Amino acid sequence: MILTIAHKELRSLLQMPSTWFILAALQFIFAWFFISWLGEFMQMQSQWSEVLNSPGATNSVSQLLFGKFGAFNFILMMLTPIFTMRLIAEERRNQTLSLLMAAPIGCKEIVLGKYTGMLLFLALIILSSIGMILTLSFGTPLDYGLLLSNISGLILLASTYTAIGLLFSTLASQPVMAATATLATLFGLWLLDASGSSTSPLLKALSPTAHFQSFNNGLLQSQDIAWFLLCTAVSLLLAIRRMHNARIYGS
Amino acid sequence: MSEQITLNALNLTRRLGRREVIRNVSLKLRRGEVLGLLGSNGAGKSTTMQLLAGVLVPHAGQIEICGHDMGKDAISAKSCIGYLPETPPLYKDMRVDDFLTYAAKLHRIARNGIAAALVAAKQKCGLADTGQRIIGTLSKGYQQRVGIAQAIIHQPEVIILDEPTVGLDPAQIRDIRTLIRELGNAHSVILSTHLLGEVESICDRVEIMQRGQLIYGDTSVRMQSLGHQAGFIVTLQSPPDTSKLYHVSGVVNVEALSDKRFRILHNYDSNTAEELLATAAREGWQAQQLTPLKGNLEDAFVQITQGSDTEREHP
Repeated sequence: MILTIAHKELRSLLQMPSTWFILAALQFIFAWFFISWLGEFMQMQSQWSEVLNSPGATNSVSQLLFGKFGAFNFILMMLTPIFTMRLIAEERRNQTLSLLMAAPIGCKEIVLGKYTGMLLFLALIILSSIGMILTLSFGTPLDYGLLLSNISGLILLASTYTAIGLLFSTLASQPVMAATATLATLFGLWLLDASGSSTSPLLKALSPTAHFQSFNNGLLQSQDIAWFLLCTAVSLLLAIRRMHNARIYGS
Repeated sequence: MSEQITLNALNLTRRLGRREVIRNVSLKLRRGEVLGLLGSNGAGKSTTMQLLAGVLVPHAGQIEICGHDMGKDAISAKSCIGYLPETPPLYKDMRVDDFLTYAAKLHRIARNGIAAALVAAKQKCGLADTGQRIIGTLSKGYQQRVGIAQAIIHQPEVIILDEPTVGLDPAQIRDIRTLIRELGNAHSVILSTHLLGEVESICDRVEIMQRGQLIYGDTSVRMQSLGHQAGFIVTLQSPPDTSKLYHVSGVVNVEALSDKRFRILHNYDSNTAEELLATAAREGWQAQQLTPLKGNLEDAFVQITQGSDTEREHP
């Protein structure tokens, strides 16, 4: 049942022309950054080659593209709210939610189905950006381990963002409100990490991007994996709770 | 009781803040029965329907669908229900076939049974040719049909339709009513409406709701005769003095509608119409037209809802 809802969600996303425009625009932006960073790397390479342990192509490109100040992080932060806002709030506004509420499925399945569909979609975007880096393999050996750790980190990051966005979508009656709230939250969490040494490490621990850092460096740390999973689970549980309360108190 | 009871709701109560919007509503539905839930706007019809469909949870009371308790085993109970809300829950950008397939999957129809269920539901609702159309491009009547098809695709025991004919043109209303009547033969149907004609033409039984309570419940035929005063309207080309009309046996009241038209009310058991015509012929009143007054639900409805503003007359 979760897969049925996920499949429908993914399908309706891919049926909208605007989705494809956004995907095309994203590829263009990625390509722009990718080529400019690559050009920079080529210039620096001659100097770096004399230094021991200098960063390789995979490392520098993935750090510049996916890191805390990288283009991809920003795009994920802006994009997720735009897609997650629809999930529940739009169904509520169009009064199609009663189809799901009256069907023999629980709130858990509705929320998990929506979450899975959205995560699959974001995974598609992540993989397409990785595909661009893979084209480098024609000219230079790539560090596939580092790429893999970046992919898993990005998917965990996307999963957390999706769960937070979904939670706001269950809370809001208008999709735009859900998007604004999600964007504000994600941006706030990023600021905790990006604001430099002025923030205490305790507050920094609240920021998803801070936990993504280790994945970006090629480290799979269980504490960071656990943090992402916990954050996703808590958001989803709250979303399920909210859907259940809507039955009791009305939405 | 010989017929099987498919839906049994006991003392449903739902509050909105401190106000009770539904108070002690109890309903029973047998297989093959069409029940009309009547009431003015804001009487609590839609909320009751949502409670029965499991979209909302009652704050007190119990709902049992085909022996499954809605509170304890919601999944099994909901599998026996088809629900069409006031606004049909349609994804406007989907094709009819895709949408109905999705609805079939949500209602746990086995994968190999979906195609057959789809064909059957479309055929019943007159959607056979519209499978590839996008729902948003369909007319309101057809969208309503898709909504009904969605509710019956899994062959539920109980079908709950919230104002299924609102906003349709007369031809579409007739089609949908025929469809509901057909559905009523094999399933149990609950239908909410504020159109009294609808109740008259398709419902076996009527429950009237007011301010969140059921105030009257009976068969629709018996409700029609409620408060019905026998009488007729007669046109007399050369009418006599009204006092003369009172001399005809059985006449209770005479009201002059114009110089020549009179509304005459009489006792149930007397044969006043015939007698009046005979007298008219004898006296040369030149009777032209005689239309019997028909008892209608509207009068009965107004009488019931006004008569029991606070007290509850439901048995």
